Amino acid sequence: MKLLPLVEDTVKGAVWDCRMCGQCVLHSTGWTCPMTCPKTLRNGPCGGVREDGHCEVKPEMPCIWTKAEKRSHHPLNPGFWGKHFSDLRPPVDNQLRGTASWANLVTGRDREVPEGWEGRTHEELEVPWSSLGEVDDVRALDEGFHTRTEIG
Amino acid sequence: MSTFRQLVETRTRPIVTAEFPSIDGGTLDTVKAKLDPILPYVDAINATDNPAAHAHASNVSIAIALKILGADPILQVVCRDKNRIAAQADVVGAALHGVTNLCALTGDDVTAGDEPQARRVFDLDGPQLVRVMDGLRQGRYVSGRKLEPAPDLFVGAVENPFAPPHHYRVERALLKADAGARFLQLQIGYEPDKLAAFASGCVENGVAQRTALLPSICLTKSAKALEFMHDRVPGIVVPDALRRRVALSSDVAEESYQVAFELAQAFLATPGVAGLHVTDFRHDGSLARLVTDLGLSGSASAA
Repeated sequence: MKLLPLVEDTVKGAVWDCRMCGQCVLHSTGWTCPMTCPKTLRNGPCGGVREDGHCEVKPEMPCIWTKAEKRSHHPLNPGFWGKHFSDLRPPVDNQLRGTASWANLVTGRDREVPEGWEGRTHEELEVPWSSLGEVDDVRALDEGFHTRTEIG
Repeated sequence: MSTFRQLVETRTRPIVTAEFPSIDGGTLDTVKAKLDPILPYVDAINATDNPAAHAHASNVSIAIALKILGADPILQVVCRDKNRIAAQADVVGAALHGVTNLCALTGDDVTAGDEPQARRVFDLDGPQLVRVMDGLRQGRYVSGRKLEPAPDLFVGAVENPFAPPHHYRVERALLKADAGARFLQLQIGYEPDKLAAFASGCVENGVAQRTALLPSICLTKSAKALEFMHDRVPGIVVPDALRRRVALSSDVAEESYQVAFELAQAFLATPGVAGLHVTDFRHDGSLARLVTDLGLSGSASAA
């Protein structure tokens, strides 16, 4: 692990049980990490919350969303964070797992979402490998084939 | 256009949808045998997606079978078993067969099922899945890649008015309506006052007017069934008085039906409610009886 993610993991892991999703939304969830929900739900509780407000999966644990909701609307939580509680948070970008959300916040990488999520479309890119079928000899693939598919 | 969709849009009479029983083996005839007794009484039928985290014949296969056999299916899609690629592929594939009604659910956890060792997916959550489905309806995958022609999808979701935090459930209904849900099938519940509070919140914020609220009625025939739901199914509460009433009655099956019938009446009389969703665990014609006793005309009688 690089230094920054290590520091973030150490600090936020201790305080919020941070799971290093790399796209922190703690400010909008009343400082309650949604990735600690066994279903990693980022937009509110599932239908299985028990009558005592505890988790369907871990009965000993209060549902993180009952906590998040209370904390988010707490008078001590600044309104500019609280008002984002009901926003529809986009699907997790699994490419960011293990990276420092602090860096991703500064670069804006944590706010990048797929085009379709935002209602935009793009012309179909040429996907060379979809027409290859089975390739018997990897040397038949053009140079950079594998590196192109890697996550940048 | 399907009767179900038309009814959701026009609200000319209360809507009735039902959960299709799980199928584990057989042929199309097996599906037909379970469908025929309920088909005349419902406007649409849910093809469930591995309910309670138990593997069954798939949601897509059942939805297509229901379509072939003359029903109007609602394809349930849960977030538990498939990532966004597979979920989108299922929706687009089912649409090829004319299955266009969708219902997005978070889904029970794997630990609720008989294969708790399974890996849980939850790549998307319920509200995200609604938005992804609505994107497909508008002709694009979540990536932004175009889908031509755009499938004529009709997107819905679920909500549980009976589970805490109660006031927050209204906000979640709004979140799903804003994401594109046109109907919300509600979790099984036995407390009309909680439903009334939820529905009233949904009328106040405008959700009930644009998104049909369909509370669920569960048909059971034993005191044990109610005990099981109360004790073992997280998110469902069956009040003590109701459980006692059924357990102490001389005809438990009949009393169970009466409980369901009275609940259905109370739900239908609740402002903001557009119809009912029925889960029938009795399979003894009670669904037909309920719909008839309530004076609701199902798809056959409307035709």
